[in-house]
Amino acid sequence: MAKITIDGKEFDADPKQTIIQAALDQGISIPHFCWHPKLSVAGNCRICLVEVEKMPKLAIACSTLVADGMIVKTESAKVVNAREAVMEFLLINHPLDCPICDEAGECKLQDYAYRLSVGVSRFDFNKVRKPKRVELGPNVTLDTERCIMCSRCIRFCDEIAKETQLVFTQRGDHVELTTFPGEALDNPYAMNTIDLCPVGALTSSDFRFKARVWEMSSTESVCQGCSRGCNTKMWVRNNEVLRLTPRFNASVNDYWMCDEGRLNTFKHVNAETRFKAPMIRKQQGLVEVGWDEAIARVVSELRSFKGHEIAAVASAFATNEDNYLFVKLMRHLGVGKVVYLPHVKRGDQDDILIREDKTPNSCGASAVGATALPEHGPLAGLLEEIQRGVIKALYVVDDDILTDPVAAEAFSRLDFVVAHASNDNGVSALADVILASSTYAERHGTMTNFQGRVQRIRPAVATAEQDRALDGFSMSRLDKFGSHNDRWMRGARRDARPTWRILANLAGVLGAKWKYATVEDVFAEMASTLPAFKGLSYQRVGSQGVVLPANQETPASVQR
Amino acid sequence: MDNPPSTSKSMTPDSQPPIIHKKDLSFLDRIYIPQIVNGLRITITQIFRPKFTRQYPEERWTPPPSFRGRPVLVEQNGVERCVACGLCARVCPALAIEVQGSETELLKERYPVKFEINMLRCIFCGFCEEACPEEAIVMSQEYELTFTSQDDAVFGKEKLLMSVEKLRDRLEFLRKNR
Repeated sequence: MAKITIDGKEFDADPKQTIIQAALDQGISIPHFCWHPKLSVAGNCRICLVEVEKMPKLAIACSTLVADGMIVKTESAKVVNAREAVMEFLLINHPLDCPICDEAGECKLQDYAYRLSVGVSRFDFNKVRKPKRVELGPNVTLDTERCIMCSRCIRFCDEIAKETQLVFTQRGDHVELTTFPGEALDNPYAMNTIDLCPVGALTSSDFRFKARVWEMSSTESVCQGCSRGCNTKMWVRNNEVLRLTPRFNASVNDYWMCDEGRLNTFKHVNAETRFKAPMIRKQQGLVEVGWDEAIARVVSELRSFKGHEIAAVASAFATNEDNYLFVKLMRHLGVGKVVYLPHVKRGDQDDILIREDKTPNSCGASAVGATALPEHGPLAGLLEEIQRGVIKALYVVDDDILTDPVAAEAFSRLDFVVAHASNDNGVSALADVILASSTYAERHGTMTNFQGRVQRIRPAVATAEQDRALDGFSMSRLDKFGSHNDRWMRGARRDARPTWRILANLAGVLGAKWKYATVEDVFAEMASTLPAFKGLSYQRVGSQGVVLPANQETPASVQR
Repeated sequence: MDNPPSTSKSMTPDSQPPIIHKKDLSFLDRIYIPQIVNGLRITITQIFRPKFTRQYPEERWTPPPSFRGRPVLVEQNGVERCVACGLCARVCPALAIEVQGSETELLKERYPVKFEINMLRCIFCGFCEEACPEEAIVMSQEYELTFTSQDDAVFGKEKLLMSVEKLRDRLEFLRKNR
């Protein structure tokens, strides 16, 4: 251990650490552009210059190792002066087009320009012009003029995504970021370079010009793209999810997430295919009805079947609480076995984040008592039983059972089909009752990833019955000060309910004496009745999740 | 506080304010005739002075360039100057402005596909004009606003665009007083 002093604060630091890391561990943030805790040290931006006593010149904190007795000053006159000079250099060729830049509001260069720069430039020559609006890859747009040549993106591709695609060409102030000839920035993790980019050089093609960052609220969530369950932030404006960004979690996804998860796991929330209210099949087809009517219909139908005539399909997309209550309700009805469909894409897995299992909660579905169907022809057994007339009714929760074309034909023989569904994926052609369920962006709950880590999801989009302020949503300025007749408060709201609540309602009508006021009550019951969830609570799950007791023996290195 | 010295002297921090005793009216005040005569004198002299009443709406007032009328978007060469940066919307204390940007082929890269000002929310403070980095939103000289419904009061781009020639005075005023 090395005893060092930073800004008068004395503490012990690991001698293998650099000054910037040691300082950060003590809560002292030294300005930095090119340094990133998970990338190699490049030391090219020079903004992290600090004064170290007995060193002849200022040292860069990101590559200077700590040593015993070191005395570091991060705010001395010499340092402040040097930073001002570095900022002036960095801004010489920067176009200062913050008004049209998507990074504005979360831009390191902008923040540091306010904090560390004098605010005027002595440079009155023409700026170096470079290509703008360059499509670096399918998802990333580059504005070369804004680049400050920190090389974070290049190092990310080389070191984390393990695909060398980006490079600097030219020299001096003509340095340009570009892809190798014939290459595109198309690795599965390419969009992380957008978050890494400390300026607005790399921006998302999908999110381009959609919103200013300060207009949105951000809610902590978990990606639904695969069983990794990357921690995310969900950015919402006008009750519409506009983008997902990764959220740091050292045991799950570090700072990263894959492009597939980032782009394709939220668009269904505001899609046209959403069910706007529960529906019942009548003579003229499916008709939107009230919740009481829909639930009464389901109850009366379910009562007319014996337990072994009902097939119950839970879901690896639903939360632990949803599946738990579904299993409990089906047991109440005398259904022997609750199954769920696996969605595995063999071969689509890597050593970084992406997992073959494309569901966020298969581990949790198994833990609460649902059984996974076989991977190949998962519905074969069920279809055969339908053909034989053993199964007469089908209850599906939050999953797509129509992936198999043969299935549709067999399902049409059923007497009664009830489905909890958020989007119409063909299920409306088949179901007798559709209970409009909320998406993961609209409900509280927990998901269990492949490591057995239980993680919270929180609502970011309000349904008809929710209120952003009263239900504790994260709120943007517009949400806080808008009133009901403002245009931006009129975003689409659907009369959807979380599956656990629909099930609790159903059980109430069926005569079961369940008392769940909130989803937390369900989780509390799970924690007391299921050994797998023993001793857990929402408070313990927190924002970083907690590993199920049974999975805790497996070392983290094996889990990765 | 710059109170006159006499009151500040009599006002110690914990003393009561002085009680003002009104004098009784004098005889001349009570008969009221001198007051009536004086009033008539003012009225009659005004009759022979030049009129300053304006025959609105036939005759309209042109405000000076310093006047803050309804905010408008400056239109130059057939397009708005606005780049949809949203700073006006952010600075607006009344949340009257809503902007949605989008991509354009023009050099400015970004333009407002939607730009709406809720004139019922607008308080004519002129912060939007001050925040605008493009001199794209300015306070015009128009002060006549009528609507018959809340939705009518939301002005879209078609109502907000105004050619730069009409706004020359205001733009010049802004440059002079920056």
